[in-house]
Amino acid sequence: MSPPAPAPLASAAGATRRFGELTVVDGVDLTVAAGEVVGLIGANGAGKTTLIRMLLGLLAPTAGQVRLFGEPPSRRTRARLGYVPQSLGLYEDLTVAENLAFSTAAYGSSDAVLEGELAEARDTLIRDLPLGLRRRAAFAIALGHHPDLLVLDEPTSGVDPLQRARLWETIRASAEEGAGVLVTTHHLGEAEQCDRLVVLAAGRVAAAGTMAEVVGDTTAVEIRTPSWEAAFTALDLARLPVSLVGRTLRVPGANPASVARLLAEAGVDADVAPVPASFEETFVVLAA
Amino acid sequence: MTGPENRLWGCRGLRVRYGGTVALDDVTFEVAAGSVAAVVGGDGAGKTTLVRALAGTVRPAAGTVRRPDRRRLGYVSAGPGVWADLTVDENLSFAGRAYGLSADQLEVRVGALLERTGLAAARDRLVARLSGGMRQKLALAMAVAHEPELLLLDEPTTGVDPVSRAELWRLLASAAADGAAVVVATTYLDEAERAASVLVLDRGRALLAGTPDEVLAATPGLVVEGPARPDGVPSWRRGARWRAWSADGSTPPGTSPVSLDLEDAAIVAQLRQDQPRAA
Repeated sequence: MSPPAPAPLASAAGATRRFGELTVVDGVDLTVAAGEVVGLIGANGAGKTTLIRMLLGLLAPTAGQVRLFGEPPSRRTRARLGYVPQSLGLYEDLTVAENLAFSTAAYGSSDAVLEGELAEARDTLIRDLPLGLRRRAAFAIALGHHPDLLVLDEPTSGVDPLQRARLWETIRASAEEGAGVLVTTHHLGEAEQCDRLVVLAAGRVAAAGTMAEVVGDTTAVEIRTPSWEAAFTALDLARLPVSLVGRTLRVPGANPASVARLLAEAGVDADVAPVPASFEETFVVLAA
Repeated sequence: MTGPENRLWGCRGLRVRYGGTVALDDVTFEVAAGSVAAVVGGDGAGKTTLVRALAGTVRPAAGTVRRPDRRRLGYVSAGPGVWADLTVDENLSFAGRAYGLSADQLEVRVGALLERTGLAAARDRLVARLSGGMRQKLALAMAVAHEPELLLLDEPTTGVDPVSRAELWRLLASAAADGAAVVVATTYLDEAERAASVLVLDRGRALLAGTPDEVLAATPGLVVEGPARPDGVPSWRRGARWRAWSADGSTPPGTSPVSLDLEDAAIVAQLRQDQPRAA
């Protein structure tokens, strides 16, 4: 028998937020348990930011329920939370060490350790640091009070692959020590790092699960042809969401027979075959 | 008639200096007409400098740049690149006129671009009231209004959501299908996998270059994956699992070989560069 599932660190049940006539978040269910990394994925306007604001306790739901550590978000729950916005939330005209001191005072304690390059940069103003180090500083400061729940917005955008891998090592280490992590992102590279994904479209959960579960049996049509330019123009004119990958074309969610017919009508000789969709293609199909 | 050698743009042995800092060092890069090339790197890698050097707005300290005449060039900078207090239509007309399109040409071209970018319904809207993705599409439409031979875009997809990103790449591909050579700077390697050729920059130097398949094939050793961090080999996270690079091609205990992607190839290249002894 498997042990009972621990209570989630954060949860939304039927969470709904309306602004006047506009329903921005519409009946969203979401949980983040200890030790897992959950990705919240959505196009602009899908409701990600509003949902996060409700989880942070900055905005009350119009209907449904939001819980942090089993209770409504409050000042007390805030102390158990680490939040790194995409803008990083650091004071640009203070040094790394001064930012840390400021945060330590706010939380009452911190044992954030400035290691390696970050230690060497401790007396450098944040605005004079390269982006990769600024991100590492924001992480070190947000993790200093050992939060139980980490909320990260596009945590690795703008940095090179090795720095991205190192930042994910830090995020993963927190999860392995028992923190729950909620990552909002636009990017496939980050979605791949998550254990579970929740895809929002127009305020609702359009899909949820592992990346493989979200993709499911969604297909794309792959087109191989010596004259990709003509094929591309024909499919683009037919308003299909065609994409170019090297010299191969792909159309997510399309019907192979109708793609073949369109190409035949345009006089383009091509091999047309259904293939499993990528995560990004699935997202485009879900968001449509 | 234009020979194929005239339709290949790029740079050779390019070096750019800002004061005492070398922003680009011995970078060679080519993009052919009718194809999309990606320039990838993190903050400070030299992407913007390369795009500016190709556009002719930065003077090289050494090396050569091959580009078409200024009037046959389209350039989208990383900044806004659009006028917020003009409408969509006004922005497009302004760009078209700047490139010397006649009133008749302009009408046809603006109509086609509005259609293609899906901005037709927003043509009378002030740009200040457009979403980030729509602004990027408008900036791109403005850069291709005069059907340039070389189209340069500096991080057009940064901060843009996946739906708009897919549309932007469709627009780039359509410029290539019309015969343009397209150069896209991006921080995302998954985007570069769509390009016909890739240049990965690191601190101003070329880390990797070639078609995506060439770059993957040129990675020495073996990339492996396992549930725990393997001993004695450089490793990095991929979701809940670990990936590692085995320089000698052996498979460390507890791991199995995986087919690598561009992200892995770039990590391996950076590891080899930073820790030459590990390589």
